[in-house]
Amino acid sequence: MQWEIVIGIETHAQLTTQSKIFSGSSIAYGAMPNTQTNAVDLALPGVLPVLNQGAVERAVKLGLAVGAKINSPSIFARKNYFYPDLPKGYQISQYELPIVEGGSIKIQIGETEKTVHLTRAHLEEDAGKSLHEDFQGMSGIDLNRAGTPLLEIVTEPDMRSSAEAVAYAKTLHSLVCWIGICDGNMQEGSFRCDANVSVRPKGSETLGTRCEIKNLNSFRFLEKAIDFEARRQIEVLEDGGSIRQETRLYDANKDETRTMRSKEDANDYRYFPDPDLLPLEIADSWIDQLKDSLPELPEARRARYITDLGLSAYDAAVLTSAREIADYFENLLELLPDQAKLCANWVMGEISGRLNKEAIEITACPITPAQLAALLSRINDGTISGKAAKTVFESMWQGELERNADAIIDAKGLKQISDDGAIEQLVDEVLAANAQQVADYRSGKEKAFNSLVGQVMKAAKGKANPAQVNAMLKKKLSA
Amino acid sequence: MTLSVNDVKRIADLAYIEINEHEAQATLGQLTDIFDLIETMQAVDTSTVEPMSHAQDVVQRLREDKVTESDQRDLYQSVAPQVEAGLYLVPKVIE
Repeated sequence: MQWEIVIGIETHAQLTTQSKIFSGSSIAYGAMPNTQTNAVDLALPGVLPVLNQGAVERAVKLGLAVGAKINSPSIFARKNYFYPDLPKGYQISQYELPIVEGGSIKIQIGETEKTVHLTRAHLEEDAGKSLHEDFQGMSGIDLNRAGTPLLEIVTEPDMRSSAEAVAYAKTLHSLVCWIGICDGNMQEGSFRCDANVSVRPKGSETLGTRCEIKNLNSFRFLEKAIDFEARRQIEVLEDGGSIRQETRLYDANKDETRTMRSKEDANDYRYFPDPDLLPLEIADSWIDQLKDSLPELPEARRARYITDLGLSAYDAAVLTSAREIADYFENLLELLPDQAKLCANWVMGEISGRLNKEAIEITACPITPAQLAALLSRINDGTISGKAAKTVFESMWQGELERNADAIIDAKGLKQISDDGAIEQLVDEVLAANAQQVADYRSGKEKAFNSLVGQVMKAAKGKANPAQVNAMLKKKLSA
Repeated sequence: MTLSVNDVKRIADLAYIEINEHEAQATLGQLTDIFDLIETMQAVDTSTVEPMSHAQDVVQRLREDKVTESDQRDLYQSVAPQVEAGLYLVPKVIE
């Protein structure tokens, strides 16, 4: 039987505020245990939460960026469960009337575009951290993370493969970073995904029983966990079994998922509106103000690169994968306005390649767009060949001669011979010395031509402008 | 709605509260009284009343996003039963 995989994703994006969602404690990462907690975070009796405007702003920005409805009022609810790293005995979240409802994100898989619909995005607080080792039968609790603002972003079950799920997660990741609401740091847990996976016979309209895989903190784990889980479910069903609805954990070391808790043990969260928090109203004027504060979005830039600059969908998607890359590209393009493709090739090729190799971000790129533009314009005006440009690039990367392209070209003697007279002389010498090949070419052996070009380039020590050599040779041979 | 003693035990289980049979029966009686009260209230016709999410007709005030708290761990931990390496120690619970 042919099976279809159905995937929905829930993402917890930690918001880039200074302080917690309901208290004035810092959310800076890596502090000593429990040094960033106050009476509200510790749930001491009699305290009241006060909502952080910065968290609301960031949620609204996401809503605007995905074309969603901003609910006003939206309300906060208590999600009740008992665990020591949640000292109140409930998490403040949103249930009915989340702040963001609907919206969609376009994803790119190769040259194909697909739309993933969002169900909702709601504000909530993170829990603390439990440490189970080293305390002789006790658990150690660190509440620094308790109260950190999160935006949980939930999709419809719109994805059909792990590749689509990864494309969605990457696009969302780049979007939340792009609009500055999340730092996207996956190692520190600022962006983590849960995947809801089910399978069904191809062509079926009803959804199969789903399993939720929790806390996938890398794109690679997301892909592998979904692939494993889909295979597992298909095997169970093909053996005549049935899928139990449950929460599963992905074990990266064993590359498998295993049961965390089944539906029967699932918590009954007993959601109800939190009486400590009033309905949240968001004025239209505030929404307009936040709309104006948004940068041009990746989707709009992508469309502009394709329509106005004539780049391919793939190139446009790569260049807009992060705002810093797109900004670098545009700063470069501003200096070489008619050279979109050349600029794109260098940003995606040499620059990205080198950044990857050294594992640094484009914001730390040693070569500025202006320095690179100076180099690329020397390819354009024929001063150097594309091959020599790579040598110059390498020198610039190493910081030689203050990364001045012209100075490096002079110092290394990379200037092409573009002078017609000089090239004619070289061509004449080669033709005179290779009478046999000239005869071969004239008798119809096209290959002989390439050999002659090679001889000229060799005589010029690789510095002759190839286009001019070709033209000159053609002219002489047909004379 | 009627509550059974098994519902009481399940709620106690979710709350990590240990209760014996006698306590479960006593709690069932108390909770049933509360449910009766709710049922009395639910008998009121509210079909023409707009639902509210809060008893007061006011909206949420917001706080400026600023860190206003300093480290007072020692003060808070002075009343904790057991601490080690800056952590609060609790009976082991693993989900």
